[in-house]
Amino acid sequence: MVVMSKEKFDYFINGEKGKYEVVIGLEVHAQVLSNSKLFSGSSTKFGADPNKQVSLIDSAFPGMLPVINEECVKQAVRTGLGLNAKINNYSVFDRKNYFYADLPQGYQISQYKNPIVGEGKVLLDMPYGSKEIGIERLHLEQDAGKSIHDMDPSSTYVDLNRSGIALMEIVSKPDLRSPDEVNAYIKKLRTIMRYLGTCDGNMQEGSLRADVNVSVRIVGDKKFGTRCEIKNVNSIKFMQMAIEYEANRQVKLLEEGKQIDQETRLFDTKKNETRSMRSKEDAHDYRYFPDPDLLPLKLEQKLIDDLKKSLPELPDSKKERFIQEYGLNSYEANVLVSEKEISDYYEEAAKLSDKKLVATWMMGDLFAMLNDKALNISNSPISAKNFAELVQSIKSGDISGRIAKEVFEIMVESGDNPKKIIESKGMKQQSDPKELEKMINEILLKNKDKVDQYKAGKEKLFGFFVGQVMKLSGGKANPQLTNEILKKLLKG
Amino acid sequence: MSNITNLSLSEILESIKSKKISSLELTQAYIKNIENAKKLNAFVTTTFDQALENAKKFDNKPNNEQLLSGIPLAVKDLFCTENVKTTAGSNILNNFVPSYESTVTKNLWNNGAFLLGKLNCDEFAMGSSNETSFFGNVINPIGDHLVPGGSSGGSSSALAADLTPATIGTDTGGSIRQPASFTGTVGLKPTYGLCSRWGIVAFASSLDQAGPMTKTVNDCSIMLEAMSGFDEKDSTSINKKKETYSKNLKDNIKGLKIGIPKEYRVDNMPKEIDELWEKGKKILKDLGAQLIDISLPHTKYALPTYYIVAPAEASSNLARYDGVRYGYRSQKGKDLIEMYENTRSEGFGDEVKRRILIGTYVLSSGYYDAYYLKAQKVRQLIKKDFDDSFTKVDAILTPSTPSSAFKIGEKTNDPVSMYLNDIFTVPVNLAGLPALSLPAGLDKQGYPLGLQLIGKALDEQKILNIGYAFEKNCGYKNEIKKWWS
Repeated sequence: MVVMSKEKFDYFINGEKGKYEVVIGLEVHAQVLSNSKLFSGSSTKFGADPNKQVSLIDSAFPGMLPVINEECVKQAVRTGLGLNAKINNYSVFDRKNYFYADLPQGYQISQYKNPIVGEGKVLLDMPYGSKEIGIERLHLEQDAGKSIHDMDPSSTYVDLNRSGIALMEIVSKPDLRSPDEVNAYIKKLRTIMRYLGTCDGNMQEGSLRADVNVSVRIVGDKKFGTRCEIKNVNSIKFMQMAIEYEANRQVKLLEEGKQIDQETRLFDTKKNETRSMRSKEDAHDYRYFPDPDLLPLKLEQKLIDDLKKSLPELPDSKKERFIQEYGLNSYEANVLVSEKEISDYYEEAAKLSDKKLVATWMMGDLFAMLNDKALNISNSPISAKNFAELVQSIKSGDISGRIAKEVFEIMVESGDNPKKIIESKGMKQQSDPKELEKMINEILLKNKDKVDQYKAGKEKLFGFFVGQVMKLSGGKANPQLTNEILKKLLKG
Repeated sequence: MSNITNLSLSEILESIKSKKISSLELTQAYIKNIENAKKLNAFVTTTFDQALENAKKFDNKPNNEQLLSGIPLAVKDLFCTENVKTTAGSNILNNFVPSYESTVTKNLWNNGAFLLGKLNCDEFAMGSSNETSFFGNVINPIGDHLVPGGSSGGSSSALAADLTPATIGTDTGGSIRQPASFTGTVGLKPTYGLCSRWGIVAFASSLDQAGPMTKTVNDCSIMLEAMSGFDEKDSTSINKKKETYSKNLKDNIKGLKIGIPKEYRVDNMPKEIDELWEKGKKILKDLGAQLIDISLPHTKYALPTYYIVAPAEASSNLARYDGVRYGYRSQKGKDLIEMYENTRSEGFGDEVKRRILIGTYVLSSGYYDAYYLKAQKVRQLIKKDFDDSFTKVDAILTPSTPSSAFKIGEKTNDPVSMYLNDIFTVPVNLAGLPALSLPAGLDKQGYPLGLQLIGKALDEQKILNIGYAFEKNCGYKNEIKKWWS
């Protein structure tokens, strides 16, 4: 469902044979936020020395058995609820069998036929309107370890710290149609999971990765084209580049009258191209079967209901509320709900000052500063309370916007309260009409010649008088009031 | 006390508690027996020094309140034992020394017992004759040309030869009951989930179950009580209150209904087996039990079902033996794949390879539905047969095996004939039920034969009671000449 407005969707590839659309489906692997792994008590903390967070279970010693980590199950249910998805009361863990040095068990415990979460949906805000992306399923699975090939010229080293960490594989329907939509989709998933506290969404640390399925077809065709799967892409930028390359590669083949082979491909980030990894014929036979070490996972409805009740407000409903409650426009609301911490900051400040002005200043100076300093809002040098006071000082006319920028700079450096800064540095605006009139009269007297020229029609000189007022007041004269009084006196 | 090792576990416990013998003397007596019985090849590893230490420790500060106070025990080499090599009878674990103790053995030690050594077994518990072990075949003390049964063949041989007062095995398709039957001893496969699987080298996870092997039913109840119990480290472990099987052991079975399934009378079954079964029925009837004919119609599918399910799980369970992290690693091969291939080719024996191949095949795409899925469905039908019968009867009586101990080498080239030896034992594993094999008589060659009592899930007490009454009235006694020493 695409609701068109403002701009038109226009991601197509033109060929001799017609206009092609790109069909994309994503399998996102999101690391579950939990203290311990999916089936063992080992820590999941990032950045430990190799093989320091590995239990006998993670390294598959003889006789070791998996025991499900309940917190990981709850996190998957929460995520499912956040994706408006059906939670399955009955799900099964299966073994996916294959050999690799960083897969100690020789199989990955995953969910195949009966996943914990079924169909759901995610809403995207695109410039051409909102678009719903279907979720096919979400299942829990173990991560593998890491093979390190570049430590030694002749050997491969294996780090099992990741082995057994819980992942949620979130499979979308083939509803995405452009790299921009992929960008919006990943960001939206990330936002939802960060609101829920179920995944930190940290792509640098590998907490969020995706397999990207790409196919192309002539606009209007009902049948999907043959798809290729690009494995394990770990940044949005690379996903977009890979899709761009892959879609054009496929169109080129079709234009040449060739066939597309269903295959698994790799994205080479250095050469910016996808390369065949294995064809369908060489595809692994994973020999899935239910893991006999684990009983089927049965969730009581009460647990699901309780988790549902304890869910935080999610971005979509928060956005609606921001529009209603704070009178923001859709764009502002979108930006301010994009991270839970940002929305919290906004709400705290908005309650203490002007809702609209807080939004403007946050999205302007505050975000620019955070971006500059590579900081998150949670470690902003300016607290929400101080920020609100600064905005309030502008609103009340105590300081001008220009002075506010100076105060803001000092706040960033010192972390001080804006009132204190304004007070101690005497930055308060000159807003007394009588005082201002007295000052302006003095200036006009001193510059009689210019007053005459102005009256004779040289209206450009108005700026000169404003400048003189600012100079004399040390920049503290209320600009609006200065304009009014100047105009009045020059007329007379 | 020169004959202490001839006694049953409960008699030995009495001697220890009444200070007729010290734990050290007892341990020394077993060590002497073991050293004289090398021909049987029952042991893979002995832990004599450690056992003598533990015996002295016990004697210095005896705690007689425990179920197994001061008792040295040898266990099947499928149980991981801390700092003691654990091989599963395989070359691939030839050098493997676990840093952890299996829950079941830990339970035994917590009840006052200590380790005497590790007993030979078929490789990864795959076999019915203990001929697939990397460490060579085990000999049945009944006769130097006979197999001791399998896969817990080291256990049955050691027990019958007085090399351990009692022992434990694992039973995936009969690996406790068949060797017990072949050696004239008592073997119990408990309800699936009664004994923890944690720390036991896995063969087929949905079937594997540890259980006791003893000289008497009373011993069996003591051992079961000591080794069983809920374990949160095993997701399939049953969370229930621990039972006191030995204290509750009763020989009054008047009025109990015993089911006799007609499907257990198979073609070409030796006449002696039939006669043994008749004898068993008569004993129970004379004790006041009521015999009821029942039908378990899907019995004939149990063996093929088992030989799909068990290899399928095994093919996956044994994937971890790749030479990367522990165990045997081949020095040959130029890359990872070759290292895997050589390690597994050199590390596993033929029977294990055969089952990995079968298991991999039945799980393959395109075959899964026809084999594995169908086998799972049949498994449900087999379970339902038992469930239906247990609405009418308290326990079921069958022969344990279709023959007595066969000759070493007799079936090694004919796997199907070897598999057929499990025909009466596998249905119980597929249904997850408890079953007790009792020595009941001899065939015309003088080799022991066993009868099997199958109970409802978690009804171990009842089959132990029936077995206890049976044992008292059967008059069977193992008479083994110690030809090896």
